[in-house]
Amino acid sequence: MYVAVKGGEQAIDAAHAWLAEERRGDPSIAELTVPQIRAQLALAVNRVMAEGSLYDPDLAALAIKQARGDLIEAVFLIRAYRTTLPRLGSSRPIDTGRMAVIRRVSATFKDLPGGQVLGPTFDYTHRLLDFTLMAEGETPPAQTRPAVQPAGQGPVDVPHVTAFLNRDGLIQTEAASDTPPPDLTREPMELPAARPLRLQALTRGDEGFVLSLAYSTQRGYGRTHAFIGELRIGSVAVELEIPELGFAVEIGDIELTECETVNQFTGSKTEPPQFTRGYGLVFGQSERKAISMSLVDRALRWKELGEDFVGAPAQDEEFVLMHADNVQATGFLEHIKLPHYVDFQSELELIRRLRAEATAAQEAAE
Amino acid sequence: MTAPLRTLTAETDRPLLQVQGLTKSYGARIGCAHISFDLFPGEVMGIVGESGSGKSTLLSCLAGHMAPDTGRVIFDTGTGPVDTVTMAEAERRRMARTDWAFVHQNPRDGLRMGVSAGGNVGERLMAIGARHYGEIRATATDWLARVEIAADRIDDRPRAFSGGMQQRLQIARNLVTGPRLVFMDEPTGGLDVSVQARLLDLLRGLVREMGLSVIIVTHDLAVVRLLADRLMVMKGGHVVEQGLTDQVLDDPQHAYTQLLVSSVLQV
Amino acid sequence: MTAQDYNFAYLDEQTKRMIRRAILKGIAVPGYQVPFASREMPMPYGWGTGGVQVTAACLTPDDTLKVIDQGADDTTNAVSIRKFFQRTAGVAVTEATDQASIIQTRHRIPEAPLTEGQILVYQVPIPEPLRFLEPRETETRKMHELEEYGLMHVKLYEDIARHGTIATSYAYPVKVEGRYVMDPSPIPKFDNPKLSDSPAIQLFGAGREQRIYALPPYTQVVSLDFDDHPFVASKADHDCDLCGAGTSYLDEVITDDQGGRMFVCSDTDFCRARREAGHVGRLGTPAPSLEAAQ
Repeated sequence: MYVAVKGGEQAIDAAHAWLAEERRGDPSIAELTVPQIRAQLALAVNRVMAEGSLYDPDLAALAIKQARGDLIEAVFLIRAYRTTLPRLGSSRPIDTGRMAVIRRVSATFKDLPGGQVLGPTFDYTHRLLDFTLMAEGETPPAQTRPAVQPAGQGPVDVPHVTAFLNRDGLIQTEAASDTPPPDLTREPMELPAARPLRLQALTRGDEGFVLSLAYSTQRGYGRTHAFIGELRIGSVAVELEIPELGFAVEIGDIELTECETVNQFTGSKTEPPQFTRGYGLVFGQSERKAISMSLVDRALRWKELGEDFVGAPAQDEEFVLMHADNVQATGFLEHIKLPHYVDFQSELELIRRLRAEATAAQEAAE
Repeated sequence: MTAPLRTLTAETDRPLLQVQGLTKSYGARIGCAHISFDLFPGEVMGIVGESGSGKSTLLSCLAGHMAPDTGRVIFDTGTGPVDTVTMAEAERRRMARTDWAFVHQNPRDGLRMGVSAGGNVGERLMAIGARHYGEIRATATDWLARVEIAADRIDDRPRAFSGGMQQRLQIARNLVTGPRLVFMDEPTGGLDVSVQARLLDLLRGLVREMGLSVIIVTHDLAVVRLLADRLMVMKGGHVVEQGLTDQVLDDPQHAYTQLLVSSVLQV
Repeated sequence: MTAQDYNFAYLDEQTKRMIRRAILKGIAVPGYQVPFASREMPMPYGWGTGGVQVTAACLTPDDTLKVIDQGADDTTNAVSIRKFFQRTAGVAVTEATDQASIIQTRHRIPEAPLTEGQILVYQVPIPEPLRFLEPRETETRKMHELEEYGLMHVKLYEDIARHGTIATSYAYPVKVEGRYVMDPSPIPKFDNPKLSDSPAIQLFGAGREQRIYALPPYTQVVSLDFDDHPFVASKADHDCDLCGAGTSYLDEVITDDQGGRMFVCSDTDFCRARREAGHVGRLGTPAPSLEAAQ
């Protein structure tokens, strides 16, 4: 007698137990700790915070550990946790002009007020495997030097490069607005999306997806002629207005990467020739993402600048915004693993019937 | 060959379309300016000019594809004249799939390339409620014959058709519901000369037979001579001359029209 | 994860209120896709997050929940979702259709007729019936707004022209109360007739696509077709090999590598109940009663 497949429950429990064992790996090797991940895999932690839309290095490190290093899975864990958090308030807009920078470079000016700071960058490293790391050799400490921010003082103003251009009217002015931006995590995405919503979607979008789109604009699919006006990494203070106190108090610092591109623009039907901007702002030290974001942001602004839509994917707001989120993408992609046998059965019946009819028609013809 | 001068009689007592002071600019550049004219039922109006003259902008504004800056486009609907510029979009789109039709220069813009010829022709019928497959198919077959496409091509997709066939299919798709006003944007552009001639012939037959009201934009004077009752000549966004087709072409008053006519005659 | 760490049924009350508002709007405008701010859930998008959020917003401590996937209570994803609500809401669960006050389903409508007071929650992957004809959301919303549904019939026309019949076997589009064209989620078209005039409330949740829509009780739901090619609800031309039912939707099970196969009810609860009532199919044996099983 046929016994229908049962025991999904036991199967799931067993699979989860196995997963936990695999995550731990060989027990003779010391277990990785969350502080180790936080301290030594900081860029992975940054990416999980950025795409998880939650600034919490400890939880991000935990998520990476739990996800066995699968960063999209870790982002997913963070997002699922984030959903359950109550919303206590909104911070005041952060001021990146008062960032304590550890890195600041401009491709458009050789030198500028505040100076260029290379900071801890992979740039100019030769990509040679360092076998001393494998031999667990100690890295010599970096030479310390006075930073932009003199020791013992608060952050100083580090003016934005685009502000210099703006003073001469050479770059388009962004209109100030006090309208509260829409919140992608609390309201459904409505298209067409205004720029604040687009930027939100991009900053939490998948790094690989945003990178590829940005790259496509450089290769001619919606070219924006971008230079890095300025890329800066550092920490900024987060302030929260306390209604009971009537003023804002600093509740902590977060590390951010900000990128502003200066884009050539020869003018359009509606706008005079001037430089235009793309903008990227990402949690943590994530400069590839920040640069990519600013290129895609600029490409998406074709309409407001009166440019032509040339059919490039990076110009297509609906395409970009609906496909940037890796938690959505991975879930939907992987759901085709789920049983579909009811649908498949109905397709089977249809194909059988159509084939039978076709064969009958053929035989009748012969 | 001269254009058929239809007698303008009783049916023409009320214009089908009244265009009043239509202006559209792109920033400082003028698209078209201060355009006014009436189109009467059964009339074919040609709009000619070189590229950049504003004729395509004008057509887009008339057909509701683009919002003009100022002006009115009053269409005589079944229930009375309505300004289509200020009309709700829902209503305008409903009109676009019933009373109006639009034939694009490039058939790819006006056809569903992934849908069979029969489906292309049937779409407008289904959009207005046809729900009998056999009847839809019979009507589509009939219309394919009218545009000289063999009945056995009904299940082929337009990709498999030549340029001329695609354009004829687009015409069938547009005319199947008997629209009261047809916009045509360079319907013979992009076709070989011999194919153009055949298409023009076909169009002329259909226009006569169905008594269509048409606004046709073209840079080709041969097209308007064959099809249009009246003519507007545009340059730099303005109408420089208008009148009965024969009069304008045989006795052009404006220097630009004279140039246009003479350049054609030289060919 | 324990129930203490999270709010009842996982979601916070504010979120549940937001979802309930969307549900109420959906019920007020049957078949209309209401945008809602879908939350990240602890299961992946595409795995029923929409259904789970709708269920979470509807659940009360007194409810009895049934979860099915492909008609069965014991498929892995159904087990996983049922467990989730047992943990986070502590509600009673059941496999019996008539005992459940809320049934969350993926891809099937139970065979047993639903009753007034029951809620059927569908998991929806792609809520937009026009999506594969027109990929742009901005355009499809306009098409719904203006009732521009000609394209939908073009698709059916093409099917008939090519195959001689409408070649859509699941997620078969319907028109609701003569107004909105709606995707009934990927249920086999066999289930379509059960959508119409149902005494139960039917709610559809699409998490990734951020849409909720609904059919209030006794809503008229018509499967799209042509007058001369009417809609036919079809199933495998067999009886259930376990319970002998001739009217239920069947799964085909491959039993060996020699082409041997059998057909069994996809609705496991329906099949169990019939076997307990003494019905026996071609390959079945009389089932022990529930008491004996325990």
